[in-house]
Amino acid sequence: MEQFEPVIVAFCCHYCAYTAADTAGSQRLSYPAGVKIVRVPCTGKVDAKHLLTAFEKGADGVLVAGCLVGDCHFKDGNVKAARRVEFTKKYLQEIGIEAERLEMAGMSAGQGKEFAETATAITEKIRALGPSPVKGKNSCCGKAA
Amino acid sequence: MITAERKPLEELLGYIAPYGRILLLGCNECVTVCAAGGRKEVGLLASALKMAARKSGKDVEIVEHTLERQCDPEYVEEVAGLVGQADAVVSMACGCGVQQMAMRYAKPVFPALNTRFMGGSERQGVWDERCAGCGNCLLGVTGGICPIARCAKRLMNGPCGGSANGVCEITPDVPCAWHLIWERLEALGQTQQYMEIIPAKDWKTAQGGGPRKIIREDLAE
Repeated sequence: MEQFEPVIVAFCCHYCAYTAADTAGSQRLSYPAGVKIVRVPCTGKVDAKHLLTAFEKGADGVLVAGCLVGDCHFKDGNVKAARRVEFTKKYLQEIGIEAERLEMAGMSAGQGKEFAETATAITEKIRALGPSPVKGKNSCCGKAA
Repeated sequence: MITAERKPLEELLGYIAPYGRILLLGCNECVTVCAAGGRKEVGLLASALKMAARKSGKDVEIVEHTLERQCDPEYVEEVAGLVGQADAVVSMACGCGVQQMAMRYAKPVFPALNTRFMGGSERQGVWDERCAGCGNCLLGVTGGICPIARCAKRLMNGPCGGSANGVCEITPDVPCAWHLIWERLEALGQTQQYMEIIPAKDWKTAQGGGPRKIIREDLAE
Protein backbone atom coordinates (compact mmCIF):
# COMPACT_ATOMS: atom_id res chain seq x y z
CA MET A 1 0.00 0.00 0.00
CA GLU A 2 1.31 3.43 -0.95
CA GLN A 3 2.43 5.51 2.01
CA PHE A 4 0.24 8.46 2.85
CA GLU A 5 2.08 11.74 2.17
CA PRO A 6 0.54 14.48 4.32
CA VAL A 7 0.03 17.96 2.95
CA ILE A 8 1.10 20.51 5.55
CA VAL A 9 0.45 24.21 5.04
CA ALA A 10 3.09 26.18 6.92
CA PHE A 11 2.42 29.85 7.54
CA CYS A 12 5.94 31.18 8.04
CA CYS A 13 6.95 34.60 9.29
CA HIS A 14 9.13 36.51 6.84
CA TYR A 15 11.52 37.55 9.62
CA CYS A 16 12.23 34.15 11.13
CA ALA A 17 10.70 30.84 10.08
CA TYR A 18 10.61 31.67 6.38
CA THR A 19 14.27 32.66 6.53
CA ALA A 20 14.94 29.57 8.65
CA ALA A 21 13.46 27.47 5.84
CA ASP A 22 15.79 29.29 3.45
CA THR A 23 18.68 28.62 5.79
CA ALA A 24 17.74 24.94 5.83
CA GLY A 25 18.02 25.00 2.04
CA SER A 26 21.40 26.75 2.16
CA GLN A 27 22.59 24.14 4.62
CA ARG A 28 21.31 21.43 2.26
CA LEU A 29 19.03 20.09 4.97
CA SER A 30 16.01 18.36 3.51
CA TYR A 31 12.49 18.42 4.86
CA PRO A 32 9.32 16.76 3.56
CA ALA A 33 8.10 18.00 0.20
CA GLY A 34 4.52 17.98 1.46
CA VAL A 35 5.24 21.05 3.59
CA LYS A 36 3.89 23.98 1.58
CA ILE A 37 5.14 27.33 2.80
CA VAL A 38 3.02 30.48 2.82
CA ARG A 39 5.16 33.51 3.62
CA VAL A 40 3.47 36.05 5.89
CA PRO A 41 4.84 39.40 7.11
CA CYS A 42 4.30 38.27 10.71
CA THR A 43 2.41 35.33 12.24
CA GLY A 44 0.27 38.02 13.87
CA LYS A 45 -1.20 38.46 10.39
CA VAL A 46 -2.48 34.87 10.37
CA ASP A 47 -6.16 34.73 11.16
CA ALA A 48 -8.28 31.79 12.30
CA LYS A 49 -9.99 32.03 8.92
CA HIS A 50 -6.70 31.34 7.11
CA LEU A 51 -6.14 28.27 9.27
CA LEU A 52 -9.65 26.89 8.74
CA THR A 53 -9.49 27.62 5.02
CA ALA A 54 -6.26 25.60 4.78
CA PHE A 55 -8.07 22.59 6.24
CA GLU A 56 -11.14 23.25 4.11
CA LYS A 57 -9.01 23.26 0.95
CA GLY A 58 -7.41 19.93 1.79
CA ALA A 59 -4.50 20.38 4.20
CA ASP A 60 -3.87 17.41 6.47
CA GLY A 61 -2.01 19.60 8.95
CA VAL A 62 -1.22 23.26 9.45
CA LEU A 63 1.89 24.77 10.98
CA VAL A 64 2.18 28.37 12.12
CA ALA A 65 5.88 29.15 12.48
CA GLY A 66 6.87 32.47 13.98
CA CYS A 67 9.66 34.11 15.89
CA LEU A 68 10.77 33.04 19.33
CA VAL A 69 8.79 34.67 22.14
CA GLY A 70 10.24 38.12 22.75
CA ASP A 71 11.81 38.33 19.29
CA CYS A 72 8.81 39.35 17.18
CA HIS A 73 9.71 42.07 14.67
CA PHE A 74 6.32 43.64 15.42
CA LYS A 75 6.58 43.22 19.18
CA ASP A 76 4.05 40.48 19.94
CA GLY A 77 2.51 39.18 16.71
CA ASN A 78 3.75 35.67 17.51
CA VAL A 79 2.03 35.75 20.93
CA LYS A 80 -1.22 36.85 19.29
CA ALA A 81 -0.83 34.10 16.70
CA ALA A 82 -0.42 31.52 19.46
CA ARG A 83 -3.70 32.65 20.99
CA ARG A 84 -5.44 32.37 17.61
CA VAL A 85 -4.01 28.89 17.13
CA GLU A 86 -5.50 27.83 20.47
CA PHE A 87 -8.86 29.42 19.49
CA THR A 88 -8.80 27.59 16.16
CA LYS A 89 -7.94 24.28 17.81
CA LYS A 90 -11.20 24.48 19.76
CA TYR A 91 -13.07 25.19 16.52
CA LEU A 92 -11.38 22.18 14.89
CA GLN A 93 -12.44 19.94 17.76
CA GLU A 94 -16.04 21.05 17.30
CA ILE A 95 -15.81 20.23 13.59
CA GLY A 96 -14.37 16.81 14.40
CA ILE A 97 -10.81 17.45 13.23
CA GLU A 98 -8.04 16.44 15.65
CA ALA A 99 -6.60 19.59 17.27
CA GLU A 100 -3.07 18.12 16.97
CA ARG A 101 -3.27 18.74 13.24
CA LEU A 102 -2.66 22.41 13.99
CA GLU A 103 0.59 23.47 15.59
CA MET A 104 2.49 26.62 16.49
CA ALA A 105 6.29 26.72 16.53
CA GLY A 106 8.88 29.40 17.21
CA MET A 107 12.37 29.71 15.76
CA SER A 108 14.94 32.28 14.73
CA ALA A 109 16.04 33.01 11.16
CA GLY A 110 19.30 31.11 11.67
CA GLN A 111 17.67 27.93 12.89
CA GLY A 112 17.52 26.07 9.60
CA LYS A 113 18.05 22.77 11.35
CA GLU A 114 15.15 23.46 13.73
CA PHE A 115 12.90 24.32 10.80
CA ALA A 116 13.73 21.06 9.03
CA GLU A 117 13.21 19.12 12.25
CA THR A 118 9.87 20.83 12.97
CA ALA A 119 8.65 20.24 9.41
CA THR A 120 9.68 16.59 9.63
CA ALA A 121 8.13 16.12 13.08
CA ILE A 122 4.73 17.55 12.13
CA THR A 123 4.73 15.52 8.91
CA GLU A 124 5.37 12.31 10.85
CA LYS A 125 2.74 13.21 13.43
CA ILE A 126 0.14 13.82 10.72
CA ARG A 127 1.20 10.69 8.86
CA ALA A 128 0.41 8.73 12.02
CA LEU A 129 -2.98 10.44 12.32
CA GLY A 130 -3.85 9.71 8.70
CA PRO A 131 -5.50 11.96 6.11
CA SER A 132 -7.68 14.84 7.29
CA PRO A 133 -11.20 13.59 8.00
CA VAL A 134 -12.68 16.39 5.89
CA LYS A 135 -10.46 15.77 2.90
CA GLY A 136 -11.45 14.22 -0.33
CA LYS A 137 -14.64 15.90 -1.39
CA ASN A 138 -15.05 19.16 -3.15
CA SER A 139 -16.91 21.77 -1.21
CA CYS A 140 -19.46 23.86 -2.96
CA CYS A 141 -19.17 27.31 -1.57
CA GLY A 142 -20.66 30.53 -2.70
CA LYS A 143 -20.14 34.13 -1.83
CA ALA A 144 -22.78 36.73 -2.37
CA ALA A 145 -21.65 39.72 -4.38
CA MET B 1 -23.63 47.38 22.29
CA ILE B 2 -25.54 44.11 22.28
CA THR B 3 -23.11 41.28 22.95
CA ALA B 4 -23.41 37.71 21.77
CA GLU B 5 -21.52 34.43 21.51
CA ARG B 6 -21.62 31.70 18.91
CA LYS B 7 -23.75 28.67 19.60
CA PRO B 8 -22.08 25.24 19.67
CA LEU B 9 -21.52 23.87 16.18
CA GLU B 10 -23.46 20.72 17.02
CA GLU B 11 -26.63 22.72 17.69
CA LEU B 12 -26.27 24.60 14.40
CA LEU B 13 -25.64 21.40 12.47
CA GLY B 14 -28.88 20.05 13.93
CA TYR B 15 -30.78 23.09 12.70
CA ILE B 16 -29.47 22.93 9.14
CA ALA B 17 -29.48 19.14 8.73
CA PRO B 18 -32.66 19.01 6.58
CA TYR B 19 -31.47 21.77 4.22
CA GLY B 20 -29.04 21.81 1.33
CA ARG B 21 -28.55 25.51 0.63
CA ILE B 22 -28.04 27.87 3.52
CA LEU B 23 -27.76 31.65 3.60
CA LEU B 24 -25.37 32.52 6.45
CA LEU B 25 -26.13 36.10 7.31
CA GLY B 26 -23.94 38.34 9.46
CA CYS B 27 -24.54 41.85 10.78
CA ASN B 28 -22.15 44.80 10.61
CA GLU B 29 -23.25 46.36 13.88
CA CYS B 30 -22.92 45.22 17.52
CA VAL B 31 -22.07 41.59 16.79
CA THR B 32 -19.23 42.69 14.53
CA VAL B 33 -17.77 44.81 17.33
CA CYS B 34 -18.01 41.97 19.85
CA ALA B 35 -16.48 39.56 17.29
CA ALA B 36 -19.46 37.22 17.25
CA GLY B 37 -21.33 37.73 13.99
CA GLY B 38 -19.51 40.03 11.60
CA ARG B 39 -18.11 39.22 8.18
CA LYS B 40 -15.07 37.46 9.62
CA GLU B 41 -17.14 35.26 11.91
CA VAL B 42 -19.47 34.46 9.02
CA GLY B 43 -16.43 33.24 7.06
CA LEU B 44 -15.22 31.12 9.96
CA LEU B 45 -18.58 29.54 10.63
CA ALA B 46 -19.18 28.87 6.94
CA SER B 47 -15.87 26.99 6.74
CA ALA B 48 -16.63 25.08 9.91
CA LEU B 49 -20.16 24.09 8.87
CA LYS B 50 -19.00 22.96 5.44
CA MET B 51 -16.21 20.85 6.89
CA ALA B 52 -18.41 19.35 9.61
CA ALA B 53 -21.11 18.49 7.08
CA ARG B 54 -18.55 17.02 4.69
CA LYS B 55 -17.12 14.91 7.51
CA SER B 56 -20.51 13.34 8.05
CA GLY B 57 -20.81 12.61 4.33
CA LYS B 58 -23.13 15.48 3.48
CA ASP B 59 -22.47 18.40 1.20
CA VAL B 60 -24.05 21.66 2.19
CA GLU B 61 -23.93 24.83 0.14
CA ILE B 62 -23.42 27.95 2.20
CA VAL B 63 -23.79 31.44 0.80
CA GLU B 64 -22.10 34.07 2.96
CA HIS B 65 -23.41 37.59 3.29
CA THR B 66 -23.21 40.33 5.89
CA LEU B 67 -25.84 43.04 6.20
CA GLU B 68 -25.30 46.56 7.38
CA ARG B 69 -27.90 46.18 10.12
CA GLN B 70 -30.11 43.15 10.52
CA CYS B 71 -32.59 44.79 12.92
CA ASP B 72 -33.78 47.30 10.30
CA PRO B 73 -36.33 46.36 7.63
CA GLU B 74 -34.63 48.49 4.97
CA TYR B 75 -31.45 46.44 5.13
CA VAL B 76 -33.23 43.13 5.57
CA GLU B 77 -35.14 43.88 2.37
CA GLU B 78 -31.84 43.96 0.46
CA VAL B 79 -31.30 40.21 0.82
CA ALA B 80 -34.64 39.16 -0.68
CA GLY B 81 -32.88 37.65 -3.70
CA LEU B 82 -30.41 35.67 -1.59
CA VAL B 83 -33.13 34.42 0.74
CA GLY B 84 -35.18 33.36 -2.27
CA GLN B 85 -32.38 31.06 -3.44
CA ALA B 86 -31.79 29.54 0.02
CA ASP B 87 -33.60 26.70 1.75
CA ALA B 88 -32.97 28.23 5.17
CA VAL B 89 -31.25 31.20 6.78
CA VAL B 90 -28.75 31.02 9.63
CA SER B 91 -28.49 34.45 11.17
CA MET B 92 -25.37 35.63 12.99
CA ALA B 93 -27.13 38.73 14.28
CA CYS B 94 -28.49 39.24 17.79
CA GLY B 95 -31.99 38.05 18.59
CA CYS B 96 -33.42 41.29 17.19
CA GLY B 97 -31.89 40.61 13.78
CA VAL B 98 -32.99 36.98 13.74
CA GLN B 99 -36.57 38.06 14.42
CA GLN B 100 -36.46 40.80 11.81
CA MET B 101 -35.52 38.16 9.25
CA ALA B 102 -38.15 35.73 10.51
CA MET B 103 -40.84 38.42 10.34
CA ARG B 104 -39.92 39.40 6.79
CA TYR B 105 -39.30 36.05 5.13
CA ALA B 106 -41.34 32.86 5.02
CA LYS B 107 -38.20 30.71 5.21
CA PRO B 108 -36.81 28.95 8.28
CA VAL B 109 -34.47 31.30 10.15
CA PHE B 110 -32.11 29.89 12.79
CA PRO B 111 -29.98 31.80 15.29
CA ALA B 112 -26.24 31.13 15.16
CA LEU B 113 -25.61 33.18 18.30
CA ASN B 114 -26.75 33.32 21.87
CA THR B 115 -27.47 36.99 22.56
CA ARG B 116 -26.01 37.79 25.98
CA PHE B 117 -26.32 41.35 27.28
CA MET B 118 -25.90 45.07 26.69
CA GLY B 119 -22.31 45.71 27.53
CA GLY B 120 -19.17 47.67 26.99
CA SER B 121 -15.62 46.74 26.14
CA GLU B 122 -13.44 46.33 29.23
CA ARG B 123 -10.36 45.63 27.13
CA GLN B 124 -9.54 43.86 23.86
CA GLY B 125 -11.62 40.70 23.72
CA VAL B 126 -13.45 41.29 27.03
CA TRP B 127 -16.97 42.69 27.33
CA ASP B 128 -18.95 43.19 30.50
CA GLU B 129 -22.58 43.89 31.26
CA ARG B 130 -23.36 47.57 31.84
CA CYS B 131 -27.05 48.12 31.16
CA ALA B 132 -30.14 46.06 31.91
CA GLY B 133 -32.49 48.26 29.87
CA CYS B 134 -34.71 48.90 32.90
CA GLY B 135 -36.37 51.87 31.19
CA ASN B 136 -35.78 54.36 34.01
CA CYS B 137 -32.09 55.21 34.22
CA LEU B 138 -30.59 55.73 37.67
CA LEU B 139 -27.04 56.53 36.58
CA GLY B 140 -27.51 60.21 37.39
CA VAL B 141 -27.75 59.45 41.10
CA THR B 142 -25.37 56.49 41.32
CA GLY B 143 -22.21 58.12 40.06
CA GLY B 144 -22.59 56.70 36.57
CA ILE B 145 -22.42 53.08 37.75
CA CYS B 146 -25.53 50.93 37.35
CA PRO B 147 -26.73 48.97 40.39
CA ILE B 148 -29.31 47.17 38.25
CA ALA B 149 -26.93 45.68 35.70
CA ARG B 150 -23.86 45.39 37.92
CA CYS B 151 -25.23 44.32 41.30
CA ALA B 152 -26.20 40.64 41.41
CA LYS B 153 -29.16 41.51 43.67
CA ARG B 154 -30.11 44.73 41.85
CA LEU B 155 -30.03 46.58 45.17
CA MET B 156 -31.02 50.24 45.18
CA ASN B 157 -29.63 51.54 48.45
CA GLY B 158 -26.15 50.32 49.20
CA PRO B 159 -24.43 46.95 49.31
CA CYS B 160 -25.60 43.74 50.92
CA GLY B 161 -23.63 41.72 53.46
CA GLY B 162 -21.96 39.77 50.68
CA SER B 163 -19.72 42.67 49.73
CA ALA B 164 -16.19 42.22 51.07
CA ASN B 165 -13.10 44.24 50.14
CA GLY B 166 -14.90 45.68 47.14
CA VAL B 167 -15.78 42.27 45.72
CA CYS B 168 -19.16 40.58 45.32
CA GLU B 169 -19.72 37.25 47.04
CA ILE B 170 -20.88 35.56 43.83
CA THR B 171 -17.33 35.45 42.43
CA PRO B 172 -14.07 37.30 43.07
CA ASP B 173 -14.12 38.47 39.41
CA VAL B 174 -17.16 40.67 40.04
CA PRO B 175 -16.62 43.98 41.81
CA CYS B 176 -19.37 45.09 44.20
CA ALA B 177 -21.35 47.70 42.25
CA TRP B 178 -22.20 49.62 45.42
CA HIS B 179 -18.56 49.68 46.46
CA LEU B 180 -17.76 51.16 43.05
CA ILE B 181 -20.61 53.65 43.40
CA TRP B 182 -19.36 54.77 46.82
CA GLU B 183 -15.79 55.22 45.57
CA ARG B 184 -17.01 57.16 42.58
CA LEU B 185 -19.28 59.43 44.67
CA GLU B 186 -16.35 60.04 47.03
CA ALA B 187 -14.09 60.99 44.13
CA LEU B 188 -16.76 63.35 42.82
CA GLY B 189 -17.38 64.86 46.27
CA GLN B 190 -21.00 63.74 46.08
CA THR B 191 -21.27 61.33 49.01
CA GLN B 192 -24.41 63.15 50.20
CA GLN B 193 -26.07 61.51 47.21
CA TYR B 194 -25.57 58.13 48.90
CA MET B 195 -27.74 59.27 51.84
CA GLU B 196 -30.72 59.89 49.56
CA ILE B 197 -33.06 56.90 49.71
CA ILE B 198 -33.92 55.57 46.28
CA PRO B 199 -37.58 54.47 46.37
CA ALA B 200 -38.67 50.98 45.34
CA LYS B 201 -38.30 50.69 41.61
CA ASP B 202 -41.29 50.43 39.34
CA TRP B 203 -40.36 47.54 37.07
CA LYS B 204 -43.18 48.27 34.65
CA THR B 205 -40.67 50.23 32.59
CA ALA B 206 -38.51 47.12 32.46
CA GLN B 207 -39.97 43.90 31.09
CA GLY B 208 -42.41 43.71 34.03
CA GLY B 209 -44.90 45.56 31.84
CA GLY B 210 -44.60 43.11 28.94
CA PRO B 211 -42.91 43.73 25.58
CA ARG B 212 -41.96 47.38 25.25
CA LYS B 213 -42.31 49.76 22.37
CA ILE B 214 -41.11 53.29 21.62
CA ILE B 215 -43.19 55.46 19.34
CA ARG B 216 -41.72 58.75 18.20
CA GLU B 217 -44.75 60.47 16.78
CA ASP B 218 -42.69 63.01 14.86
CA LEU B 219 -40.94 60.16 13.03
CA ALA B 220 -43.49 57.36 12.90
CA GLU B 221 -45.40 56.93 9.64
